[in-house]
Amino acid sequence: MSGLPTLRWGRYEIVFWLLPFAAFFLFPGYLTLGSQILIAGLFALSLDLILGYARIISLGHAAFFGLGAYAAGLLAKHGWGEPLSGLALAAIIAALAGWITSFLIVRGQDLTRLMVTLGIGLMLYEAANQASSITGGVDGLSGVEMGKLFGIFAFGLDGKTAYLYSLAVLFAVFYMSRTLVRSPFGLSLRGIREGERRMPAIGASVQRKLVAVYTVGAGIAGVAGALLAQTTQFVGIDVFGFQCSAELMIMLVLGGTGYLYGGLLGAAVFMLLQDYLANLNPVYWQFWLGLLLVIIVLFARGGLMGGLIAVQRRLRWSRRWLSR
Amino acid sequence: MLTSFFGVVFDGVAYGCLLFLISIGLSVTMGLMNFINLAHGAFAMVGGYLCVVVMSALGVPFLAALAIAFLASGVVGAVLERLLYRRLYNAAHLDQVLFTIGLTLMSIATATYIFGPAQQPVRLPAFLTGQVHLLGLDLGSYRLFLIGMVALATLALTYLIEYTRFGAQIRASVDNQQASAGLGINVERVFSVTFALGSALAGLGGGLGIDVLGLDPTFPLKYMVYFLLVCAVGGAGTIRGPLIAALILGVFDVGGKYYVPQIGSFVIYAVMVVMLILFPSGLIGRRA
Repeated sequence: MSGLPTLRWGRYEIVFWLLPFAAFFLFPGYLTLGSQILIAGLFALSLDLILGYARIISLGHAAFFGLGAYAAGLLAKHGWGEPLSGLALAAIIAALAGWITSFLIVRGQDLTRLMVTLGIGLMLYEAANQASSITGGVDGLSGVEMGKLFGIFAFGLDGKTAYLYSLAVLFAVFYMSRTLVRSPFGLSLRGIREGERRMPAIGASVQRKLVAVYTVGAGIAGVAGALLAQTTQFVGIDVFGFQCSAELMIMLVLGGTGYLYGGLLGAAVFMLLQDYLANLNPVYWQFWLGLLLVIIVLFARGGLMGGLIAVQRRLRWSRRWLSR
Repeated sequence: MLTSFFGVVFDGVAYGCLLFLISIGLSVTMGLMNFINLAHGAFAMVGGYLCVVVMSALGVPFLAALAIAFLASGVVGAVLERLLYRRLYNAAHLDQVLFTIGLTLMSIATATYIFGPAQQPVRLPAFLTGQVHLLGLDLGSYRLFLIGMVALATLALTYLIEYTRFGAQIRASVDNQQASAGLGINVERVFSVTFALGSALAGLGGGLGIDVLGLDPTFPLKYMVYFLLVCAVGGAGTIRGPLIAALILGVFDVGGKYYVPQIGSFVIYAVMVVMLILFPSGLIGRRA
């Protein structure tokens, strides 16, 4: 974290983005799991903006994910199956909800923020549960019929369209977020993270910046939710659940907060682990999940990204030492 | 109409008392150590399950089972504080939140593994079942007993904190840790004992609450919001604040579910949001 950020793409970043393409050709049988990972990665990315860059602890980020999912799902169910406009609508609705609630969240301390985000998530869960004539209640929203992407590519059972569509959206949003956090705005967020009290002294409005980043994060979460609704053509009520917010947080801290890549990496590892362990026994899975969290907090604060960066630094150091 | 109104208020007060008993430990640890403990409900669950086990397996009477739940939860709390919680007192809130969510998930999985996912039944002794006719109202005797127990516990706690030497040490540590340590107060020991006491009270509340709140492995998660609410709304680190908050929340929750069942749980969240906006640092804040 030294020097001004640039927009140049590093070697490792390019390799990283080639991986999902490789996976597309290498594991054609796992494309459904693959698009789930991409969507979870996008969702984790949205939380990273809020948690990793703005240090707002949110236990209810699933609220925006769910809003996006229901917005896109309902739109498609009622005859408007065009996917991209569905994404846009979901982003707008979630961002609007984020903007409105951000004023409640920004003014409080950690505990208040935690309570308010938790409360908003639970309220939306209840709302979706009660309005079962619209949302389908606990049975979920079925009958979502997607149109063809650009009028050409149908969302088929092989999951190819869903995978590439999710990947393209993920990359587009990632590119935007990467530009955002490396802009002067992103730098001022970093300033707020390091010393909230000093930022007003250099003329930056802390509150306005936090509101802005919270709104953006909510909008991206909405896009992730919409992607899930469109690719699975179903919305379950657990998109609003506390478990959803908690698992999201686990993915992010597993990957490492404040790098943008952490969420993507964490989502991939988490989903693969879940796919493997939850099939053994869902109850044990919850135990391992808890243990994983405890271990991360006690021994591995930086997550996977923190570990990788430490390894890279060590390598660079030893290379310099060898060439001396 | 009016009698049913008083009935709802009475039930709400009993419910609020129970919430207060479980949450008071959380409030004190939050105020004292600035520690956000989302796993607090797990201690209440430990108390509840212990109650059930010693009653059904060993045939211990209900009141004795409550005492056992109180003591055993306190011991569990003390051990965990020594081994795990202590390491995170100075950590960021995010770490504390993640860590305690992890503990909660583990406690849920463990409880499911041992006891299965079903609700646990509790057999109350004969003198606590049925109704008592009082002032023209039919009041459940168990709820009266509950209110009485919590009133006793509150009085004892108030005495402990306001009039004893140890209580003075707690108050001093809440106000200023460094100055207290400088005056020769063993702040670490105060923390440990307080944490154990809070866990013990939660365990007692868990045992008392089986009949009212129910008891299944998801207990710590299901009521987490309520416990946090009591502390956040009441203001951490006092007795009076959480008591008032718990009573308000209890009455509104029961009333909301009774009068407007279609929007049921909304009432409590709405109350919470309004109260958090009106009193961002709690009804009665020790620490500004």
